[in-house]
Parts: sequence; C-alpha cells; structure tokens
Amino acid sequence: MTTATDAVIDHHDHKATGIKRWLFTTNHKDIGTLYLWFAFIMFLTGGSMAMVIRAELFQPGLQLVDPDFFNQMTTVHGLIMVFGAVMPAFTGLANWMIPMMIGAPDMALPRLNNWSFWILPFAFSILLMSFFLGGAPNFGWTFYAPLSSTYSNGSTAFFVFAVHIMGISSIMGAINVIVTIMNMRAPGMTYMKMPLFVWTFFITAYLLIAVMPVLAGVVTMLLTDTYFGTSFFDAAGGGDPVLFQHIFWFFGHPEVYIMILPAFGIVSTTIPAFSRKKLFGYSSMVYATSSIAFLSFIVWAHHMFTTGMPLIGELFFMYCTMLIAVPTGVKVFNWMATMWRGAITFEVPMMFSIAFVILFTIGGFSGLMLAMAPVDFQYHDTYFVVAHFHYVLVTGSIFSIFAAAYYWLPKWTGHMFNEKLAKAHFWCSLVSVNLLFFPMHFLGLAGMPRRIPDYALQFADFNMWVSIGGFAFGLSQLIFLAVVIKCIQGGEKAPAKPWDGAEGLEWTVPSPAPYHTFSTPPKVD
Amino acid sequence: MKSRNLGWLFFGSMLSVSAWAESKYNLTQGVTDVSREVYDLHMLVLYICTVIGVIVFGAIFWSMIFHRKSKGHEPATFHESTKVELLWTIIPIFILVAMAYPATLTLIDIENNEDSDLTIQVTGSQWKWHYSYFDQGVEFYSNLSTPRSQWDNLSGEGESKGENYLLEVDNHLVIPTNRKVRFLITSDDVIHSWWVPAFAVKQDAVPGFINEAWTKVTEPGTYRGQCAELCGKDHGYMPIVVDVLPEQEFDSWLQTRKEAAIAAAEAEKASLAERMTMEEAMALGESTYQSACAACHQPNGMGLPPAFPALKGSKVVLEDVAKHIDIVVNGVSGTSMQAFGKQLTLKQLAAVVTYERNAWGNNTGDLVQTSDVKAATAE
Repeated sequence: MTTATDAVIDHHDHKATGIKRWLFTTNHKDIGTLYLWFAFIMFLTGGSMAMVIRAELFQPGLQLVDPDFFNQMTTVHGLIMVFGAVMPAFTGLANWMIPMMIGAPDMALPRLNNWSFWILPFAFSILLMSFFLGGAPNFGWTFYAPLSSTYSNGSTAFFVFAVHIMGISSIMGAINVIVTIMNMRAPGMTYMKMPLFVWTFFITAYLLIAVMPVLAGVVTMLLTDTYFGTSFFDAAGGGDPVLFQHIFWFFGHPEVYIMILPAFGIVSTTIPAFSRKKLFGYSSMVYATSSIAFLSFIVWAHHMFTTGMPLIGELFFMYCTMLIAVPTGVKVFNWMATMWRGAITFEVPMMFSIAFVILFTIGGFSGLMLAMAPVDFQYHDTYFVVAHFHYVLVTGSIFSIFAAAYYWLPKWTGHMFNEKLAKAHFWCSLVSVNLLFFPMHFLGLAGMPRRIPDYALQFADFNMWVSIGGFAFGLSQLIFLAVVIKCIQGGEKAPAKPWDGAEGLEWTVPSPAPYHTFSTPPKVD
Repeated sequence: MKSRNLGWLFFGSMLSVSAWAESKYNLTQGVTDVSREVYDLHMLVLYICTVIGVIVFGAIFWSMIFHRKSKGHEPATFHESTKVELLWTIIPIFILVAMAYPATLTLIDIENNEDSDLTIQVTGSQWKWHYSYFDQGVEFYSNLSTPRSQWDNLSGEGESKGENYLLEVDNHLVIPTNRKVRFLITSDDVIHSWWVPAFAVKQDAVPGFINEAWTKVTEPGTYRGQCAELCGKDHGYMPIVVDVLPEQEFDSWLQTRKEAAIAAAEAEKASLAERMTMEEAMALGESTYQSACAACHQPNGMGLPPAFPALKGSKVVLEDVAKHIDIVVNGVSGTSMQAFGKQLTLKQLAAVVTYERNAWGNNTGDLVQTSDVKAATAE
C-alpha cells in the first residue's frame, strides 16, 4: 500500500531531561506514553475498587464495607474505568500512532496536546480526593438525579468539576485528532487510503466533540440544582428527573461507541497482519463505522424503557437499537472473512484480537437481547446488563487495547516483549475474565439487581465464582505490567517491522521509533 | 454452585428446552400471560443468537484450525465481494424483522393499562414501599423484615440466614388472581423501580410523576422482587413481596383490612388522652427507632454525616422540642429526612422523640406525650 522514502532520523531531537521532559513535552510520542501510563495506573486503581466490590459480594451478608461505601466503590470504579482508563488509553494510542500512520511529523496542535493530557491528573485527583472529604460520589456512574443532586452526600461538586475537566481534556484531544487527520496526511494518502485505525479514531473524535458538551451541560444543571436552587430535575419546581436521563444518555450512548469504535480500528489492523491477507471489505468497514456513529445518536432512550415512556417512543428506540446489529454484524463478518483462507499465526496481539472478536460478539448478542423492549423490562438494571457491558468493555475495548499494546510495543520500545509471559497474561486473562463475567448473565436472569451490596441466598454460588474470577483477572494484569517493564528495560532487539504481515507507514521507521519521525513527508501511492 | 451444576448448565442450555425452563438460572416464566410471552421472546432471541454464534464462531475456528501458516496454508488474495457483503447486510435485516414483530405485539399488550379491576398506588421511599388501595381506605408500608443481625456481619456475628433472606417484608402486598390489577407507581424522594420478575413488571418510581403498569396473575402464591434502581445506601434492602390470593379470599382479606383501618383510626384518637410513663415511652421509642430511624441515624445515634447527621449531642434534639417534633413528623424537604407523620402512629412518634432526647447520653429528661405531637402538628 505504501512506500516510504528512507526512514527519517532526526538529529535535532533536543529534549529536556528528567521531569521537565514530561511536563513540557509537545512530542506526540511522549504524550502518547504519558496517556498510556496514566490509563494503566487508573486501570489498576479502578480495578482495585472492583476487587473491594467482589470481596464484599463473595458471600451473602455484609462483611467488609458498609452499603454507602459499597456504592462509592461501584460509582468511582465506573467513572475511573470509563474516563480514566479506557478513554485515555485510546487517546494515548491515537497520539502515538496516528501521526506515524499518516506520515505526519507530530500532532497538529502540540501545545494543546500537552495541556489536554496534563489536566487529567488534576481531574482524577479531585475525584479521588472526595474519598477523604466526606465521601466520594455514591450515586452510580450514571449519577441519576435527584439521588445525585438533592439527596447527594456532598460529593456532587467534586464530581462535577472533575467531569468538567475530563470533558475539556477529551474535547481538546478530539480536536487535535481531527485537525491532524484532515491536514497532515502524507501526499497521496486520500481518505479512502487511510488505515482503518485512523478512520475509527477520526469518527470517534467527531462523536466526542458532539457529546462532551452535552455531558458538560448536564453536570452543570446538576450542579445548579444541588447548590443554587434551580429545578431542572425536580418536579416540585417544574422540572423532571427523567429529563436528566434523556440528556445523560444522549451523551451516554455515543460515549459507549467512543469506547468501542477505536477497538474496531485496532483489530482491523491486527487481524489482517497476522492472517497475512488484506482486510476484507475496507470500504464497507468505513461505512459501517459511520453508520454505527450516526445510529448512536438516535438510540439513547433504550437505557430508559422502564421510565414510563409512551409506547410509540419505546417502539422507535427499540427498532433503531435493533438496527445497530446490522452494521455491527457487517464488521464481525468482515473480520471473519479476513481470517478465512489466510495464513494465520498466533502471536499475542492476534490472540487478543481473536478473543476480542468472539467475546465482543457475545456482548453484542446480549445487546440485541437487551434491545427488545418487552424483554428489557426483565433484564433492565440486573446483572444481565452488568455482564453485557463488561463483555463489550473489558473483553471488547480493553482486550483490543492489550492487542494494540503488544502489537506496537516493539515499535515503542525497540525490544521484543517476553512472549512466554505475554502468553501467560493472555491465557490467565481469558479464562478469568469469562469466569468473572459469564455467570453474571445467569445471575441477572435469575433476578439479581445490580448495585446491591448483599443478595438473596439463591445467588450465592455464582457470586462466589464471579469473585474468584474477578480476583484472578485483577492479578493477571500484573503480568502485563511485568511484560511492559521488562520490554522497556531490554530484550531481543526489534527490527523495523517485527511482524511479517504488518502494513503501514509506522513500520517504515526504525524500532524504537526515533523522537521525530517523518519530518519530510513520505510519499504514498 | 458445584462445578457439576455448572457443566449441566452449559449442556442443558444448548440441548434441552425443558431443562432451561426449569433452571433457576434462566429467566423466570412467571405467572402471567405477559411474563410467559416475555419468556418466549427471550428464548427466541437466545436461540437466534446461538445459531448465528455457532456459524460465525465456527467459521473463525475453522480458519484458526485449517488456515494457519504452520500448516503451510497460503493466504488467498480476495478482499471484497459485493455479493457476499450485500447478503450479510440483508439477511440480518430479515432476522431482525422476525424478532421485532412479536416484540411489538407484546409491548402493545404491556402498555395497555385500560379496563383494570383494581388500582393500587405504589410509592417508593428510602427504603421501603407504600401500598394504597384506591377507594378502599386501605394503605400500609412494607419494610424489610430480615433482622439486622442476619445481614450485618460487620458489627456482630452474622446469624444464620433464613430461607427468604433479604426477600421478606413485614406487610405483604395482597392482590387477587384473575383480575386486572393496575399499579400507579411513584416516589417520595429519589427514583426507585418496582420489580416483580414473576409478573414481568418493572416500572420506575419517579418523584413527582406517576407511571402505570398492570398485571393479571393466574396462579395464587407468594412472589418476591426487589427495588431495581439505585436509590441510595439501602437500595439492596427494599424487597417486594406479593401474595396472590384466590378472588374470594382476597375480598375477605380486603374487608378485614378495611375494618382494621377504621379501628386503628379510633385507637389513634383514644391515644390522645393516654399518658405514657418514661419507661413505656423509652421502650416503645427504642423499638420504633430501631425499625424506622436506625438505618440512617445508626443504632448508636451517631448517624453517617454529612448526609445523615448524628442525633447524639445534636442541638435540635437537646434543645428545641417543637422543632424536633416538626422534623420527625414533617421531614426536611430537600434532604433524605422523610416525613414520618404518616408512617408512624402518634404514640410511636411521641415515644421515638422521647427516646431520642434521652438515649445515648442525651439526658434532657423530656417526656413527650401523644397530645404534644398532635398539638405540634396541628399548628
């Protein structure tokens, strides 16, 4: 697809040393690294909260934490994983890879880039600080009013300001991605020649710009309802608590696609590489991604079937939601067809990618079941939903992030990772994650509501299994940490292109990628 | 769960329809026409997904086994096919229509709230349900009845748990069989959700708004559910228990409750003249406090600040009696403090105020009588 001029090695990579290098950096690779480490730290932080949840739910009865602290754990776990782990990890990948994939020297707006990263630690400090100042948010990551406004425990202000800062960071990151992709593609790289990875981030960035202001709006309304006497979500003052849910999910549904579209881009890169065969249906992939992005704006109320919507509303949102299965199906079929009659090898990124396709599809199936409004009355707010979104977010988004990390680690560090350890990470994660989330389907069907600190005795057996799976999955992630640290410290020297089936401009520069790449744009045929 | 059961579950799920239906880990079939329709829809989609899954995953595993490089498989070069791509866009649309059609019919049925024989208002509050039979003069609160000693392993040894642990309440909702019962669902504070799986009814209780749902149960029995929407600290502790009685039995039950309600109103009047001794008031006050107040203000009166303030050493509790009674009776709007005036009898209210003013070292010596509460609330 591409031929590059000789890899450009820049001898002017004068950078500050020590902490200053990281604080003041405008280099897309440094900022990508910062994002990725930040995301991983947040992943462990949010994960340790999940461990508290699973420890409490190991047996019936309250044994470790009180119900209020339990609610703080579920809430902050959700917030951290969504805004602190998955989204920054994708932004980190975008920072590292998009300029290298489109043959640009850096992101278009490097100073904005620095700022959009460096406000994140402050956002999460504010959020986490609330634990020590009267209690963290305890109203669920969906923060439904009036539980989060009139009836909150005083953490609403911390929560709102933290979310505002996260939102500003995301919007700036998204602007940067769009401007970079529109303006800095190498000569000859038309839109329909861009790697699918770049396409998915391009579309995701538009979604971010569209919905992050909506989130900012709803948290501001919440803030004024709580502290300044407005009544947006209070019926006593002429407002409506359900209005909150409409606004929140108008943000929330595109948000879940913000967390999965980049994953589609990643596996559309890795699966062809290890199948040694071109991606099947490139243009239909682009159209399917765009369709999913469009549909994400007209399905939000499927999260709200039980709020008392009129029949016609329920029908509309049910049909639109079911329609999403079509473009999503196209994607899964395309990955299947890419592997079909390829020459497949099973390097670690490929293992994670195949696991992604299968397990994400299971999450898609439960999503289709949830789309059916009459049955959703039974599934809604049970562990069935918890199972569903963890299949798409953990074995979906997070598995794809692992696939990406293993795929590009040699490019980032210049060393091959320890394959044995990485395979151990994969197999431990695969087994434990299914032990963790699969039985949750049955718990939900059997009638266990989500977000409860204690449960009836018939749910005891499966909760124990789920907790064991949870602890094992949590511990397995330490193997990943070990693999990454070892890979940075040393290991077999990585060639410019360690994967023989890989394609793309990033493989035309040496490994590790020099501090500055493509100061002179490559030419793409 | 023994691992044997787990294996059975997987095989059962794939092979046997009847095994699935009986499994306690599948969706309940329930006891209404709607719940059975919902169950059938659930199984229909599950089977469709299973078939698609077998085909797609089968193809992926086929490639993984037979199209691997280590077997010397040479990669093909095809990378698009309009025909195939059209096919796997159009076929799913037909499958979706086949699913949407029965779903639409069921949904229309669920949303038809007309022609009901009995209307019950269901009101959620933190963290109990209130049921009111329209035009019958019968209403009552329904609280969790599992004793704290069974679920709180933090502060004591957890006693062994009963059969209906966390799914039992003091006053069951009672409805008749074979009559269309309409529920008008609302909330006094935050959003709750009233869910009884056996009826396939789950409807949010939204403060300031009234949602409708209905059921027509064919089999008498006791059915249990829970609040399904996160509603604060004790969200996990507000279960629902519904007794479904044959029609005549229900009618006589309702008659008994009506008479009891009239008797209770008279007893309330009579209690105005009563004078409690300090010992009586403290004893009744303590039991009332434990069931109505301790969840938030804690058994030791220390509360869980800032949402639930401490009563021990509180200014209101130590000084202003009138304000104290007012808060207990009318609640504090915009906070979690509910109005207990309609939840407790005058005697209980007087006793609990007395108890709070004299327990945990709050030694005010104040003895509040039923008539004091009445006087304070009359203003």
